[in-house]
Amino acid sequence: MSLETYIRKRLATRPLLLMTHTVVGYPSPEDNRRMLECMQAAGVDLVELQMPFSEPIADGPAFSRANQAALARGTHWDDYFALMSSASKACSFRLLFMGYYNTVFRLGAETFCRRLAEAGGHGFIIADLPPDQFGDLDRWGREFDLDPIHMMTPMNSSERLKDIGRDASGFIYCVARKGVTGRATTLDAGVREYIGRCRAATTLPLGMGFGIRSREDVQQLKGLVDMAIVGSAGLEVWEREGHDGYLNFLQSLVRACR
Amino acid sequence: MLKELFTFPSGREGFFGPFGGAFIPEILHETLAELRSAFESAHRDPAFWDDYVRLMSTYSCRPTPITFCENLTRLQGGARIYIKREDLNHTGAHKANNVMGQGLLVKRMGKRRVIAETGAGQHGVATATMAAKLGLQCTIYMGAEDVERQRPNVFWMEQLGATVVAVEDGTRTLKDAINAALRDWADSMADTHYVLGTVCGPHPFPLMVTWFQSIIGTEARAQMLEMTGALPKRVYACVGGGSNASGIFAGFLDDAGVELVGVEAGGYGLDSGRHAARIAGGQGSVGVAQGYKTYFMQDAEGQMRDTHSISAGLDYIGIGPILAWLHEQKRVRFESATDAEIIAAFRTTVRNEGLIPALESAHAISCALHEAPQLPAQDAILINLSGRGDKDIFTIAAALGDERWYDFLRAKVEEHDKKNVSRETYLVKVAGGWSIE
Repeated sequence: MSLETYIRKRLATRPLLLMTHTVVGYPSPEDNRRMLECMQAAGVDLVELQMPFSEPIADGPAFSRANQAALARGTHWDDYFALMSSASKACSFRLLFMGYYNTVFRLGAETFCRRLAEAGGHGFIIADLPPDQFGDLDRWGREFDLDPIHMMTPMNSSERLKDIGRDASGFIYCVARKGVTGRATTLDAGVREYIGRCRAATTLPLGMGFGIRSREDVQQLKGLVDMAIVGSAGLEVWEREGHDGYLNFLQSLVRACR
Repeated sequence: MLKELFTFPSGREGFFGPFGGAFIPEILHETLAELRSAFESAHRDPAFWDDYVRLMSTYSCRPTPITFCENLTRLQGGARIYIKREDLNHTGAHKANNVMGQGLLVKRMGKRRVIAETGAGQHGVATATMAAKLGLQCTIYMGAEDVERQRPNVFWMEQLGATVVAVEDGTRTLKDAINAALRDWADSMADTHYVLGTVCGPHPFPLMVTWFQSIIGTEARAQMLEMTGALPKRVYACVGGGSNASGIFAGFLDDAGVELVGVEAGGYGLDSGRHAARIAGGQGSVGVAQGYKTYFMQDAEGQMRDTHSISAGLDYIGIGPILAWLHEQKRVRFESATDAEIIAAFRTTVRNEGLIPALESAHAISCALHEAPQLPAQDAILINLSGRGDKDIFTIAAALGDERWYDFLRAKVEEHDKKNVSRETYLVKVAGGWSIE
């Protein structure tokens, strides 16, 4: 089943899906495993595993620190694929890799896609790779039934949105606002206008991330987009409140999606 | 070859061979498109370049002279040694060329705020100077470790009205300052321009900064012809990101008989693993980071490594994509010089020519002095003295083990502490209407 079909099937049962995030190796592989268990228990629909990189230019302070700490404790390529593999076996949600292009470039597009597919992943989000530079990665992705997830942003012209929509598959990651991850977003009339422009540029389901931090934020996305994407806020809850607090947080988000 | 740099085949905009490009989060796409179009329109407009040259001639001592180094020539034997004096720029280095050029572009785009990264602080000071002159708000990102090491430059940036942000991420140095500046820009692009300090980062920065710095090479070529009646046999420049090298090389790119030599930071030596010789050391490999593709100092999995150089300005993970391409085209030869070699070259230059080179520039001098005896006396070689060494007084005094310098610093601190004790009495006097002596 393609990622788009999977998303559409789930959307038939409730109006909004939820995608969550964890940085491979942070705070530890054991924490990754327990976070994924919480996601499974709460009924999350899609999960991004972030491959840590030393120069994470699209990430704010929380994820930058997490990238750095994961690398400092010795997180390597094999760990990314090992976590993907164990998570895809143990969990019923779909998984994507998220990261920066140098990891893919150094692995080679073919190796990256083959190993990701073998590990049971369904796609990838590369934060610093514009759609027009995908080249080989696009070809190998399709060869291994992986969806390259592209991003749309409120700064994009309608023409650019159309270009992005043409290259995309799976779903579109709509960046809610300017800036980097980890800061609050105000969902105002401007956001509705922007989502309207995204809808005009693609028929794919839309997810929205960057600054979606609470149950209230998620609730507001109902009727606007098809999937809420919660990243830094989840990590902060895990660090502050541990397993039980994190599970509660995820359950409240999933409830807000109904 | 120079003209070739400015034209791209369809779908390869911003690439020089396999290097360069614009690997950036989508949120910056339209901002870079706006900058590209402003740069292209300025590049097409001869009046813009005239304004730039005029500004630099009244604000920054341009054209900078070329000095014939008679004593060094005699000392080394072989080729006649000439030095292009970028150290005479306002703020003491070639950095002024780039920031004033980008400043004019900012005015053209109608933005009111500039941000910049800085390593040692030279580019930060130059940017803050430009912002003060052109009436722009200014924020400078600087690695927290560099803020601690480079207090004098932080002092001047703040005096010039800039806000200096100490970046605590990563290795707390230049590369982390670049990441922080890119993050600011992803938020502030509507009214803010990012004044990148070197020929790195996403397109159009490598090309745009090369263009502004080409003023060095254009002047130098004409000056050498006038002074010596011929072109130099070789041109030497130090290479961190590579902006001064790109600038002086640009003037000679189409002269096949002129060999271009880029000198990277050899740090503690190429075998030590603690250097920034990405190409000369053979230890850099191709990767994509901070918006562009080039040779980086990185591990096998593409994580960036710590680099080292005694000169903060060369202590950087990547090299300009145009230089990487010129390396592959065999148009530029890359060498390296160790910390120890450049301290020796520094002393030789100060004693024999009365020139005080920046430690960065001393890399180019070291290599040139080493190679001059290989060439006959009728040949001339040209070294780009990219900046003056006054800023390096703390590092050089430490490297030379000058104890009297530390006595002086201790005395200054004591004097300051004493003053603080008497400061209250002083303030009471002032408040009481007493005249200040």
